[in-house]
Amino acid sequence: MRIWMHGIFVALLSGALWGGIWHLVLSMGLILTTGASLTLQVGPSVAAGAAIGVVAAVMRRPRGSRLHHIAGITLTIMLMCGVAFGDPFDPQGLVAAWQSGLVLVIAAVVIWISVIRTIADMPPERLIRYTAEKAYLRLIWGLGLMMFVLIVAIPFYVMVMTSLKSQQSLLLNPLDFSVDASGGASVLFRSYIELFTEYDFLTLLMNSALVSVITVLITLLFSIPGAYAVAKLRFPGRQWLSGSVLLIYLIPAIILVIPLYAVFSQLGLRNSLLGLCIVYPATTIPVALYMLRGYFAGLPSELDDAGLMDGLSRIQIITRIAMPLSTPAIATVALYVFMIAWNEFLFAFMFLDDVKLFTLSRGIVSLDSSEVPRQHLMAASVIATLPVLTLFLWFERFLVSGLTAGSVKG
Amino acid sequence: MAALPRTTDPVFLLSMSPKRIHERKRNAEGALARREKRLAYALLMPTFTLVLAVVLLPLVANFWISFKPVTLSDLRAPTLVLKENLRGDLDSPGQQARIEYRYRNSSQKYPLRAVAFSDVIPGDIAVTDLPDGCSLAPAQQNSVLRCDLGDIERKGRGRIRIGVEGKQAVSDGKALLRSSRPDVQFTAYNVMTSTDFSLVNFKKVFSASEFWDVLKTSVYYTVFGTTGALILGLFAAQIMQKAFPGRSVIRGLLLFPYVAPVIAVAFSWVVLFDPFSGAVNAMLQQMGAAEGPINFFGKRTVEISLFGLSFGLPLALTMVILFEVWRYFPLSFLFILARMQSVPSDIYEAAEIDGATPMQQFRFLSLPHIAGILAVLFLLRFIWTFNKFDDIFLLTGGNAGTRTLTVNVYEQAFAISNLGAGAAVAVVIFALLLVFSVIFIRFSPKDAG
Repeated sequence: MRIWMHGIFVALLSGALWGGIWHLVLSMGLILTTGASLTLQVGPSVAAGAAIGVVAAVMRRPRGSRLHHIAGITLTIMLMCGVAFGDPFDPQGLVAAWQSGLVLVIAAVVIWISVIRTIADMPPERLIRYTAEKAYLRLIWGLGLMMFVLIVAIPFYVMVMTSLKSQQSLLLNPLDFSVDASGGASVLFRSYIELFTEYDFLTLLMNSALVSVITVLITLLFSIPGAYAVAKLRFPGRQWLSGSVLLIYLIPAIILVIPLYAVFSQLGLRNSLLGLCIVYPATTIPVALYMLRGYFAGLPSELDDAGLMDGLSRIQIITRIAMPLSTPAIATVALYVFMIAWNEFLFAFMFLDDVKLFTLSRGIVSLDSSEVPRQHLMAASVIATLPVLTLFLWFERFLVSGLTAGSVKG
Repeated sequence: MAALPRTTDPVFLLSMSPKRIHERKRNAEGALARREKRLAYALLMPTFTLVLAVVLLPLVANFWISFKPVTLSDLRAPTLVLKENLRGDLDSPGQQARIEYRYRNSSQKYPLRAVAFSDVIPGDIAVTDLPDGCSLAPAQQNSVLRCDLGDIERKGRGRIRIGVEGKQAVSDGKALLRSSRPDVQFTAYNVMTSTDFSLVNFKKVFSASEFWDVLKTSVYYTVFGTTGALILGLFAAQIMQKAFPGRSVIRGLLLFPYVAPVIAVAFSWVVLFDPFSGAVNAMLQQMGAAEGPINFFGKRTVEISLFGLSFGLPLALTMVILFEVWRYFPLSFLFILARMQSVPSDIYEAAEIDGATPMQQFRFLSLPHIAGILAVLFLLRFIWTFNKFDDIFLLTGGNAGTRTLTVNVYEQAFAISNLGAGAAVAVVIFALLLVFSVIFIRFSPKDAG
C-alpha cells in the first residue's frame, strides 16, 4: 500500500503545499508593502489548497475553458474564506479591505494555476511510476523555481527599499518596506542626494570608472596579441603556456597582497590609482587570454595564410582580420574585465588611503560604521550595483556565452 | 626554373650525407619557424612581463618575507633625521653664534651603523670651535664640514654644536645656512633585504592555539560552500532547462548574485539579517519563531534541539557558507545549463519512447553528460572558495568563528601588523593549494572544457 503513488494523494499534497507556500509568500509581501504587523496563519490556506487539489484532480481538464478556470478560482476564494471564517490574510482587519481583498484574489489565482499545472493530466487513481514521477517533478519544479526567484530577489529588493527609507522608520518597523512618496523625490532619494553632496560619490564613481576602463584597455592591449600567438603561432612551450595560464588563476590575491603592499609602499605606488591600474590587468589578463585564445583558435587558418600571401604582416593580420572577426568575443572580454575591475575589493581596500582616490568598493567600506546610517550604505550599494547590472542585462546574451566559454573566476 | 634542387628531391638527397640532409632540412624550415617563434615571444612579452612582475615575483617575495620577522613599521626603512639650526645672530661682523645639528635614529628597532654627515658652511661664516669627530675641508670659497657620529642605537638621538663667527654682516643667517642641505650617510640594517632568515613566523603561526581552528573553519567553509553551490546550481539548471514563458528574464535574474559587486550584496545581507533593524529578525519575531533578536553574523554557536537531540550549530559560519552558496550557485548553474543544452535532445526522445521515467533519464542520460563539468566545477570552485577573502571579511570581519586562513593572513599582517606572520600563513595557503592543484591536474577530465 504505497499511498504516495496514488493520484489523490499527490493532488492533496501539492494543493496543500501550494496553498501554504503562496499564503506565506503573499502575506510576507503584504507585510512588507504595507508595514502592518499581520500574523501568519497558514493552516486555513493549506486546508483549502488541499481541497482544491482534490477537486482539480477529480475534475481534471488540462485544457479547461475560461469558465472552468473562473469556477476554479471562485471555488478557491470561497474555500479559503470558508475555512478561515473570514479573511485568511487579515483576520483582524489591520489593512484596508481592498488590499487584503486584492491579495486574496491574487492568492486564489496563483494557487489555482499552480495546482492545475502540477496536476496536469494526472489521473485521480493509482499511478504508474512514470506518471507519479512526472507529477512530483512538476511540483518540485514549481517550488524550486519559486525558491530561486525569492532567494535571489529578496536581498536586492531589501537593498533598494532600505535605501529609500529614513533612519527613524527603519528602526521603528524593520518590516515596513512601503514606499512613502508623499514627500516628493527629494525626500525619497535623500540618501542618494546626501551621498553625492556630502560624501563626494561623484569622485568615487569617476575613480571606479577610470580604473575599470584603463584596466579594460590594458587587458585588451596585452591579451589580444598574446592570445593570437598562443592560438595561431607555433613556438616551443605553447602547450605548456596554454595550460599554465589557468594555474595563475588559482593563486589567491591574498597571497600577493603582502609583497605588493610592501613593494608598492616603497615605490610610492600604493596610495594611487596607477597602482591599481597595474595590479588589476595582471589579474585579468590570464582570463582574457584564455577566453580569446579559444575564439582565435576557432578562426580558420586559411584567412591568416591569405593575409600573409597578400603581404600583410602578422600585426596587420591581427588588427585587420582576427580582431574584426572576433568582435563579439572581444566585447565579452571587455565587459567581463570591466565587471571584475569595478567589483574588485581587496586591493582597493588595502592600497587606497586617500578619500579623493577611493573607488566605489573602498568608499562603501568606509561607510560601514555606526555613524553612517544604514540606508546610506544601501544607497551606496545600489549606486555600485546599478552600472554593472545595467551592463550585464544589456549584453546578457554575449556575457552568458562568454562566461561559459572561458571558465570564469569568482 | 627549378635550378635549385629541392630538399625533398630523392636523387639530390641521395647525394648528400644524412647529417647534411638533416641540416639543410632544418635550415629551410628553420628560417620561417624561427621568425614565427620570435614573433610569438614578442607578442607574449608584455603579458609575461606584467604577470611576472605582479604575480610571480610577489609570490616569491612572499616566501622571502615569511622567513623574516617583518612588521608593518619596517616598511619605512630606518633613517637618520637631521635638523640644522642657527643659535644666535650674525648681523654684524665678528659676532659669535652656534650652528646646532640635532639628529635622531627614526627606527624603533634597528641601530644605524657608520653614521656621518657633511654640510657646506658658507664662506661668509668662519668656524671657531669644532667638536671631536668633526673636520673641516676647504672647498672653493666655502668649506665643507664633515662629522662622524659612529653608531647610533635604536631611538638614539644627540646633537652637535659648532661655534661660528660672522666674517661679514649676514642679515638672514638661518636662510643662508639652510641654502645647503646636510648630506647624510649611514648603513642601515634593512630587515627586508638582509639575508638573515628565521623560522620564527612559522613557529608563531603553528603554535598559535587558534591556528587549527582556523584551518578547520577554512575546510568547513570550503567543503560546504563548494558542494552547496554545486548542488544548488545543478538544481537551478534542471529547473531552467524546461522552457516556460519568462525563462530568459529569470535566467538573467538568477545570475544577479554573481554579477553584482560583492560589497553591495554582502552589506545587503548584513542589513537583512541585522539583529535590530533587519527584516529577517523582525519577521521571525512576528511569526513567533524566535524569542529575541538573533545576531546571525555575530553569534558563534546556537543550541538547536531537533527530535530530542541537541547540538551546537556554528551560526555565523553557517551564515557565511550560505552567503557563499547563494553568491556562487549562479556560476555552477550557468556552466551546467550550457552543458546540458549541448546534449542532443533525440536521446531523451528515445528514452521517453522506451518508457524511462524522468528520474531514470536524469540518472542515466543527463548525469553522465554533466559529470565532467561537475568535476571541473567542483575542483575549481573548491580552490576559489578556499582562496575567498572578501566575502567573509565583509560579512563578519572573521569574527565569531568565521576566521579562515585567508582572513588570518589579513589579521596577522595588517591588524596585528606582523607582515612576516601574515606571509607565513600565506605560505601555508599556497602549500595547500599546491596539493589541491596536483589533485586537480590528476583528475581533470580532458574533454570537459
